[in-house]
Amino acid sequence: MTYEELLTEIALSDERFIVMTAENRALVRNIPGKLGNRFIDTGITEQTMIGAAAGLALRGRIPVVHALASFLSMRAFEFVRTDAGIPNLPIKLSSFIPGFLSDGNGPTHQALEDISLMRGIPNMTVFAPADEDDLVKMLPQIWNHPGPSYVRINTCKTAHTHTPFELGKAEIISTGDDVTILTYGLLFEQALIAVEILKNEGLSVGLVNMRSLKPVDERAILEATRNSSLTVTLEDHFLTGGLYSIVAEVLLKHGLTANVLPFALNERWFKPTLLPNVLQHEGFTGKQIAEKILGYKTFYRQPEMAVPQFSE
Amino acid sequence: MQSVATPTKNLETIALKVREHIIKMSTDGGCFVGASLSAADLIVYLYAEFLNINKHNLDDPNRDYLFLSKGHDVPALYGTFAELGLLDPERLKNHLSVNDNIYWHPNTKIPGIEFHSGSLGHLPSVAIGVALDLKIKGSTNKVICIMGDGELNEGTCWEAVLVANAYKLDNLIFVVDRNQFQANMATEDLIPLEPLHDKFTAFGAAVKRINGHDFDALHNAFSAYPFETGKLNVVIADTVRGKGLPSIERRADRWFCNFNASEVNDLLKELHGEHLTQLTSETLVVR
Repeated sequence: MTYEELLTEIALSDERFIVMTAENRALVRNIPGKLGNRFIDTGITEQTMIGAAAGLALRGRIPVVHALASFLSMRAFEFVRTDAGIPNLPIKLSSFIPGFLSDGNGPTHQALEDISLMRGIPNMTVFAPADEDDLVKMLPQIWNHPGPSYVRINTCKTAHTHTPFELGKAEIISTGDDVTILTYGLLFEQALIAVEILKNEGLSVGLVNMRSLKPVDERAILEATRNSSLTVTLEDHFLTGGLYSIVAEVLLKHGLTANVLPFALNERWFKPTLLPNVLQHEGFTGKQIAEKILGYKTFYRQPEMAVPQFSE
Repeated sequence: MQSVATPTKNLETIALKVREHIIKMSTDGGCFVGASLSAADLIVYLYAEFLNINKHNLDDPNRDYLFLSKGHDVPALYGTFAELGLLDPERLKNHLSVNDNIYWHPNTKIPGIEFHSGSLGHLPSVAIGVALDLKIKGSTNKVICIMGDGELNEGTCWEAVLVANAYKLDNLIFVVDRNQFQANMATEDLIPLEPLHDKFTAFGAAVKRINGHDFDALHNAFSAYPFETGKLNVVIADTVRGKGLPSIERRADRWFCNFNASEVNDLLKELHGEHLTQLTSETLVVR
């Protein structure tokens, strides 16, 4: 099932749902014809879209709003904070091409602080599915949960089949004594590759798909840092404010410390190019991740990655 | 629709009481007294005459909606609510008290306030959301958003007009409290707005410009709602900042005021035409 199929099904079965976009129709191409006047395109007005979503929510609606991640999280930030956060309204933000998914667009479109910004808003919940299967397993609960949410939409397909979603819970893919990789979003696929390489090199490796960044699964973080010699945080986000910061906050809250290796963008944007090249250039392929953890080069081949089709 | 003839006298009495409340709130921390006095007649008219809003229907989906976007004129709203029975007048003494929720900007803990404001340029879009839902449902409720003229500096006000025009929201009325001032100076000396009527017309709205202190003019204008089928309604209400207190009227430096107790007493007398107040309290510069 695709994002659009899921949204269409839910919106058709529940009159409360309104699908909105600030003229970002990539995820909702066929919805106007199906939803009629419950589809609202406000044009290129991210702020007005959020304000209008608040008005609709006051009337009992659940608006699912769409815009590019950087404009939804930053251009409209104060509207999200003030009109969704303060009144705790069920406005559901679907952020398109977050993190590395903006591939060739350039730094204007690189949302690498969205997790940090959104989790800083009281009442806001924040989610990042690993792939399309994870996405459709997560969204029904997120959309039916009272209060606002921010979801890094990720429609990439992987071979992995995910377990059912529970809000606030991470998905423990495996556990290991030597290394545990904590990750979210599209880098999950690269983490799977890295885990394979590390296991072949004889390490005991754990992998956690964080899924829910706020509320965060503190237990998953504490168990990973307690059970493994090394914890890796892997994210397409700035080093500040994302998963690395979350892990630090959780550890400090419990009076603990740990050996943590972060993969994140430290005080810089990434090279704009097609997604597989972004990963290669920035050192985020599964093979590169594994080799950095191992501390040596290997003979493994990085599998080919499908290039997502960009559309506005 | 209400008749044009009778209500005026009563409204003037209510408005005078509301101005008294505003003046009483302008001490012990103070409030945005100038903007509250300019919007007072508008707010009184809308709640007392035009809108289907009363203490019994505040949760009824069939009520009308008023959004106070400029926000810092909320003492006029508190005063109106007190006079119309939506708020216990005794609570106005709690202005800025830690034990109540009556402060410088609107919040929904006060029954009748539909949405919080204070950050300018937000509520035009929130009002659009409500108006859109009413259109989807085929409901006939009216939606009003009161904006300040200074607030029109914010681009999102104009985004909202574009979107309201696109969705033909003739159930929505944007009311501009055109008191000619923004925080520190005359609008025309900082970011000129005129010709304001033409600006809104060019954006596709049906516009009426009236004296915002004349209840007959207000009544005539709002009685013509909806002004034109399929068009956003805009009322530009020409008002006077500080209206009712000649000693602060049209003064750029009297935006936020924190008067001392004797000034408040003098201003209450001034409101009733007894004399002009000699103001000695410091002029506060908030922004």
